[in-house]
Amino acid sequence: MNVALAQGPTAVLAKPERGPGRLESSAYRMAQWLRSPRPYLMLIGFALFLGFWYLTVEVWKLPRFSQMPGPTAVITEWINPDPIYGLSLYSPEYYQHIWVSTRRVLIAFLLATATGVPLGLLLGWSLRFKEYVFPVFELLRPIPPLAWVPLAIIMFHGSETPIIFLTFLASFYATTLNTMLGVESIDVSFVRAAYCLGAKRRQVFWHVIVPGAMPFIFTGLQISVGVAWFSLVAGEMVSGQYGLGYLINTSYTMVQYPTMVIGMITLGIVGYVTSAAVRVLGNYLMQWRARELAMGAEA
Amino acid sequence: MNYEPPRGSPIADARAPALAAQGGCKGAIRIANVVKIYGSEGAGVRAVDDCTFHVPAGKITVVVGPSGCGKTTLLNAIAGFHSITSGTIHLDDALLCGPGRPKADPGPDRIVVFQNGALFPWKTIVENVAFGPIVQGRLSRKAAFEKARMMLAETGLHNLETNYPGEISSGMRRRVEIARALMNDPKVLLLDEPYRALDSLTKSVMHEALLETFDRNRVTIFFITHDLEEAIFLGHHVVIMTTRPCRPKKILTVDIPHPRDYSVLTAKRFREYLDETVEAVHEEALKAFAAGERER
Repeated sequence: MNVALAQGPTAVLAKPERGPGRLESSAYRMAQWLRSPRPYLMLIGFALFLGFWYLTVEVWKLPRFSQMPGPTAVITEWINPDPIYGLSLYSPEYYQHIWVSTRRVLIAFLLATATGVPLGLLLGWSLRFKEYVFPVFELLRPIPPLAWVPLAIIMFHGSETPIIFLTFLASFYATTLNTMLGVESIDVSFVRAAYCLGAKRRQVFWHVIVPGAMPFIFTGLQISVGVAWFSLVAGEMVSGQYGLGYLINTSYTMVQYPTMVIGMITLGIVGYVTSAAVRVLGNYLMQWRARELAMGAEA
Repeated sequence: MNYEPPRGSPIADARAPALAAQGGCKGAIRIANVVKIYGSEGAGVRAVDDCTFHVPAGKITVVVGPSGCGKTTLLNAIAGFHSITSGTIHLDDALLCGPGRPKADPGPDRIVVFQNGALFPWKTIVENVAFGPIVQGRLSRKAAFEKARMMLAETGLHNLETNYPGEISSGMRRRVEIARALMNDPKVLLLDEPYRALDSLTKSVMHEALLETFDRNRVTIFFITHDLEEAIFLGHHVVIMTTRPCRPKKILTVDIPHPRDYSVLTAKRFREYLDETVEAVHEEALKAFAAGERER
């Protein structure tokens, strides 16, 4: 009886293998996705958006939108090998703008992660440290990056460092705050269990606090990448000679409206890609979480 | 309330001089005059009041009381998560906490299995089970994993090794958690209503599995519950607590031989124990209800 009892429930729930390989499973997921209505709904969503834009600007010519370039103008300019305003998919300058902005965001994001995650962990872990630092942090946090522009220009020389500093700020706040909340969200039972099992304080930090805060940290990093693009544009509109924010601002002053919209759409796409990359990295590092969520979806 | 302990009962043992460990078993806990007041003295809430009893080594002692009566406070004091206001708690002959030392150090000689489970969700089952010996530096990584695999095989959980806790049922998780505790050869297992969240069918399977584990390891078990049937089915001794402040009201020695299985539940003797105690428990439940104790 004992053997049967011990085996019984196990057998029901047994998952003998670790499941299919990563490549196989992502191919399978892709096929599943194509079979579901989701991609088609997404396409319809985009079509509706473009249609609305087309109708308001080019067909109905509503007064509010009279200055705005229509989708036809933007798209023809975008794919024009010989662009009217000098910028399209064929001009190397376009890629330089993208590269310069992406590089700034990456540097600022990495700096914000390297400082924000340890600071957040400390804030969540040590009450004493939090009492010193957090009030100052909370006072600085509501100051928007734009308000920092003059100070950034005074503090840093050149045009590159002030922009990176401004981009860094908002990311840093998002990362730090989420990491701290992540530590505070950890069920005290996990910490107690670790002490019970003989872990020292340092081991509790590495085995419980860090992995336990990980889901929040990655939520923070996704927000961080998003707000980095936000404040980057603010910085680039003020100074610099390249970058998507600079492109949007100069096209505006030079009345090259289609180029301005190209810059905006590009910003949207690049921003989405970076934030998706962070999400993919998070899922890769937190297999336990991905699998737990997958179980939940199946059940 | 003026309960006089009969001779030879655990409560009387606690007042007797330190007992030699029985039959080679270690892990007797003596709780003497323990008081715990939350908040400041005077204005604070008295959770445990002059609590004295004895948890004999190598036996299962079940503490029963209404929700929020302060039994978890007692467990937390033994485990070293909370301080006590006065009194002493000894493990075998060593003082865990008492005068001049309000809080015990948590350690692998007393391992808690938590109400909602505390397997690390970010570690696989085998990593969880191997955790104790690795952080203590008692075994190498390799040896710890080997022992963990053996441990899991013994409980019939070997095919779950590479799963994460989130992927297995809550009943399984409790069994893994007990295996994780036993990896460290603890003197005492402290179980804080571990089966509370389980449905009654799973619960009955878990009870038998726990008794089986106990028969193999003979570790001292300190088990908290509010379920009287569970208490009598599992325990050598059942300590019925008063509602806040918490103090033993009645101590019962269940004279049904181990190993027990579910046929016990219908035995005449079992019913008699229930009859004998149900009134005491109900009385405290009513008091707790009247005091408006919230479900915790």
